[in-house]
Amino acid sequence: MSQDAYNYLFIGISFALYIGIALKQRAGSTKEYYTAGGGVGPFANGMATAADWMSAATFISMAGTLAIGGYDGSRFLMGWTGGFVLLTVLMVPFLRKFGKATVPDFIGDRYYSKVARFVAVVCAIFICLTYIMGQMRGVGIVFSQLFDIKIATGVMVGGAIVFFYAGLGGMKGITYTQVAQYCVMAFAYTIPAVFIAIALTNNFIPQLGFIGNYTAGGESVPFLEKMNTINTDLGFSKYTDGSLSKVDMFCITAALMCGTAGLPHVIVRFFTVKNVKAVRTSACWTLAFIGVIYLTAPTIGAFSRVNLISKLNQTSYAEAPQWFKDFENTGQMAWVDKNGDGVIQYSGPKRSESGESGKPFEGKPKFDGDKRGASGERLLTNKVVTDNPNELYFGNDVMVMANPHMGGLPKWAIALLMAGCIAAALSTAAGLLLVLSTSFSHDLGKKLINPNLTDKQEITWARFASLGSLLVAIYFGIYPPSDFVAKTVAFAFGLAASSFFPTILMGIFSRRMNKEGALAGMICGIGFTAAYIIFFQFGGGEGRPDLYLFDISPEGIGIIGMLINFAVAFTVSFFTPPPPQEVTDLLDHVRYPDAEGADSEISIH
Amino acid sequence: MGETSADQGRYWTANLKCVAALLGVWFFVSFGCGILFREWLDERFSVGGAPLGFWMAQQGSIICFIILLVVYAKLMNRLDAKHQHGGEGDR
Repeated sequence: MSQDAYNYLFIGISFALYIGIALKQRAGSTKEYYTAGGGVGPFANGMATAADWMSAATFISMAGTLAIGGYDGSRFLMGWTGGFVLLTVLMVPFLRKFGKATVPDFIGDRYYSKVARFVAVVCAIFICLTYIMGQMRGVGIVFSQLFDIKIATGVMVGGAIVFFYAGLGGMKGITYTQVAQYCVMAFAYTIPAVFIAIALTNNFIPQLGFIGNYTAGGESVPFLEKMNTINTDLGFSKYTDGSLSKVDMFCITAALMCGTAGLPHVIVRFFTVKNVKAVRTSACWTLAFIGVIYLTAPTIGAFSRVNLISKLNQTSYAEAPQWFKDFENTGQMAWVDKNGDGVIQYSGPKRSESGESGKPFEGKPKFDGDKRGASGERLLTNKVVTDNPNELYFGNDVMVMANPHMGGLPKWAIALLMAGCIAAALSTAAGLLLVLSTSFSHDLGKKLINPNLTDKQEITWARFASLGSLLVAIYFGIYPPSDFVAKTVAFAFGLAASSFFPTILMGIFSRRMNKEGALAGMICGIGFTAAYIIFFQFGGGEGRPDLYLFDISPEGIGIIGMLINFAVAFTVSFFTPPPPQEVTDLLDHVRYPDAEGADSEISIH
Repeated sequence: MGETSADQGRYWTANLKCVAALLGVWFFVSFGCGILFREWLDERFSVGGAPLGFWMAQQGSIICFIILLVVYAKLMNRLDAKHQHGGEGDR
């Protein structure tokens, strides 16, 4: 069987599975649409949440980010999983106990204010739209590679599938689909890692190989020592050291953690289980399932870096393996023969004259049509950076996508990986789409515009809203505003860290926090964070790290925004009247456990 | 009613203590071992072939996080059970 046949087979089977599940579990009422009826078991919900959580970007690019950044990449590992701990111990049990279907619901009721609810809805919509754009783009790229169609067509096909089961099926439809998607993702991610761990370290558990000895080629040295030697020989800093400053590393990790804890599409997943006890159990399962992939990512990153360098560096283009040429054709890798010797040379920033940049050329590769150079390589129109000898370009996603090829894995493993990429993108897109449609139908439609909506009308609103949001996401998936998406993701996390996280936290843990304090805090936190990010990413401060406040990059500034939010909120609330009695009663209800055996109901109205 | 609110107060204090203790560990394993004292740990200790600080940042902290959540679920579910009982006796 050819590779294409395997791809069609695996993706066909997985799609049939997802759609079959969605049809069987279609939602009939708003309760089923928003929270799957509230009766999902902790184990199944754990898997579904893990799939929701793991986006296409995480699945495809995280190992590559780790491979390139070494220790620096740890900020994503600790940031995202550590944020989940915050989410579990500080927020979800109480939000679940509160018993409303959305996050703006909590903020609106706790702060007895329509304005607060509106600000929360806008933040939720912005965060989700930013995310879903990237997911749609991811689906498009995978489809276009697989079936040789245009990225635009791929994005539209992906969008149609997501609409079919998330827009129509609601939370009930996506929950069980996400369970299936998690299984596909977990196998797709770990199987190649196991094969490569055996090849490089003779240990079939990648995590043990990672701390074990490198045994390929007859030598036997600790793997990470080998990794450090390779890095320093080529002019990179040591793999285990990284190059970010300690302050920046600390702030980015903290901003990612607090941002993660404020992600609405993950929070709402916990509204689908029976009671608070099930929320806690479910959170354990979720993090364990996430851990399977997050503990494997650093090993894939490191193993494939060794593989990539040993197979390509100092190899002539004519003798380079076929996968290199395949990825060159898709634009994920490129080679520019600076010294004209026909041999690929790879090196790091310390070999350059300035000691800073090791880029082979400016920006992402732009090919000069189908023109080929002297050795047969694709020619580029990018401006070549001449102060360093590095000739090789590769994108972050290559480390996962090319991994099975580099390790010489069987065809079915490659097909499984493709199915895994698509599962990762679809599951997150579905979760986000659901929050988007609820935000429009429930928070905007029912609570702010027309309180007389019936149950049926509300679902219709939700379905139309999901169609509308999907069309926007598809548009930006086809025409990404340059690298806008990557920049706005930092923005989304900063925003979540400086708005949702502190506001919900104070709403639960402070009895005295009132409407005025929370609103002032949110506005100052968001205002500061947004201004800082816009200035350094889009405005006059672009490429001026010397102007950073306390050396903190825009990625990590959300944490300062959060501190500002806290400070302003407490000061303002000190000088304004305390919240009314109903709100403190509500807090008592949220903080105190129900009578034994009771299943707390989620109320929609 | 008075007894209920006293019981609520005890429950809430116990909850805060539990969360504070777990977040203390959380901060120590991630920000502490993985970032602030990383070099110091890297130079002195190792896990297999990996320097300890680096290993904590990429593997150890995640493992600790999972253990933290299991402990949290166990402690809090037990605490809930204890106070639900008291609450019902009051009614």
